[in-house]
Amino acid sequence: MNYLRHVGKYFIMLRQVFRKPQKWSVFREMLFREIEDLGLKSLGIITFISFFVGGVVAIQTALNVDSPFIPKYLIGFATKRSMILEFAPTFMSVILAGKVGSYISSSIGTMRVTEQIDALEVMGINSLNYLVLPKIIATVFFYPLLISLAMFLGIFGGYVAGTLTGLFFSEDYLYGIRLDFDPYYIQYALIKTVVFAFVIATIPAYHGYYVKGGSLEVGRASTQAVVWTSVVIILLNYFLTQMLLA
Amino acid sequence: MIEVTDLYKEFKGIPVLKGVSTTFEKGVTNMIIGQSGSGKTVFLKCLVGLHIPDSGIICFDGRKHTELTIKEHRLLRQEIGMVFQGGALYDSLTVEENIMFPLKMFADQSFSEMLDRVNFVLKRVNLEDVNNKFPAELSGGMQKRVSIARAIVMNPKYLFCDEPNSGLDPNTATVIDNLIKEITEEYQIITVINSHDMNSVMEIGEKIIFLKDGVKEWEGSNKEIFITENEAVVNFVYSSNLFRKVREAYLKETK
Ligand SMILES: Nc1ncnc2c1ncn2[C@@H]1O[C@H](COP(=O)(O)OP(=O)(O)O)[C@@H](O)[C@H]1O
Ligand SMILES: [Mg+2]
Repeated sequence: MNYLRHVGKYFIMLRQVFRKPQKWSVFREMLFREIEDLGLKSLGIITFISFFVGGVVAIQTALNVDSPFIPKYLIGFATKRSMILEFAPTFMSVILAGKVGSYISSSIGTMRVTEQIDALEVMGINSLNYLVLPKIIATVFFYPLLISLAMFLGIFGGYVAGTLTGLFFSEDYLYGIRLDFDPYYIQYALIKTVVFAFVIATIPAYHGYYVKGGSLEVGRASTQAVVWTSVVIILLNYFLTQMLLA
Repeated sequence: MIEVTDLYKEFKGIPVLKGVSTTFEKGVTNMIIGQSGSGKTVFLKCLVGLHIPDSGIICFDGRKHTELTIKEHRLLRQEIGMVFQGGALYDSLTVEENIMFPLKMFADQSFSEMLDRVNFVLKRVNLEDVNNKFPAELSGGMQKRVSIARAIVMNPKYLFCDEPNSGLDPNTATVIDNLIKEITEEYQIITVINSHDMNSVMEIGEKIIFLKDGVKEWEGSNKEIFITENEAVVNFVYSSNLFRKVREAYLKETK
């Protein structure tokens, strides 16, 4: 029952968030700040992880398809598909849920317990709109770019792994990644990304915004935020996949 | 004038304010005093609209809070300045950005006009050369001053301060108290200050409201508080030996 109450409160929060910004110039300033904090600052970790995950997926596939009857280009094909369909959109979103989610909930939570949110409200500012809307816009528009980059780097990582280990020929790999190219898969992945980006911005914001107490509670809220964001991403991934692909 | 009539507020069935009524005039430093937990902060937050009272009326110069639309509420809030207990400065913004923030949000001014105003209020609270510092780089007293500067930057009609000198040394505390009093008189603001510090009460308390367990136990000036016979007030005010002796000496002298 408690969960239902939270879900209700979350949607009531969203109603406050989606209002017209009180001042566009202030909103724009916040938006650029958030694109930097939530997007650009995650470039490094996404680059690093996707490159190596791509490499590992290629090596694992190569090691598991040593039968002479299975064509070697399947390695490139499998790496491409798994990067585009799952590793880039879902896996990277879970990573972002950890990194960005904890940042969002602890920064908003700190603002709550140090009365900075009260200070906004006293000034006559809609604090939810001011704090959360720029985060949503920043993640929803920036993460598709980030995840596209992750797809590319993952596939590239697989290529590099093959060249370095000598487990497969790069011609086979390149043939594999070009085989049976279906733009709908990329569309599917980006739709997922947009949904996950929304979740990454809003669920931690909810946990931070309604925190009560002091720094201990802020810490606890940000752990909760990461757990719930990840759980929701995984569940939504299941339903979206069923809806869009099955 | 702010008129508060029979203000009642509870949290989860536990009453915190049990029917408080009073009035606050402009140009005077009004003080709410009382023990920690007596409901001072809740009272102040009800006044500014951060808590919704369960019953009772708060009337800002004829505008009853119950009769305002959300939009009118927001407009009223632009006439309110508030200094929070911990300062509540935005820690991702510099001092200058903190003070300029309400202007950016609500005033249609050019950057240089806003900057002039920021520098003017900074000077008013006796701060200079801190424009580009972040709140974490300032001392407690300086943070409070920035907080006061931010509260008055929009020329508020109403100023609320929640324990403005808690956590400060006695000297700095007196400076802050006097600053608030001066600003109140200079700009003819309606000022309400929460405090549990007897020094400030004696120093600047022109009208004092003593809260005890959510009830207005006593009301008067800092002259009257010296000679009152109200037991709860006496116990609170003269909880320190020093003050008790001062009171005895004072009463003897005036007899
Ligand atoms: N948001 C809240 N939820 C529940 N109880 C609260 C809340 N705010 C204050 N209280 C309770 O109200 C009482 C008065 O608190 P407060 O006004 O902060 O006292 P003080 O006079 O020290 O400022 C305390 O017992 C406090 O626990
Ligand atoms: Mg208090």
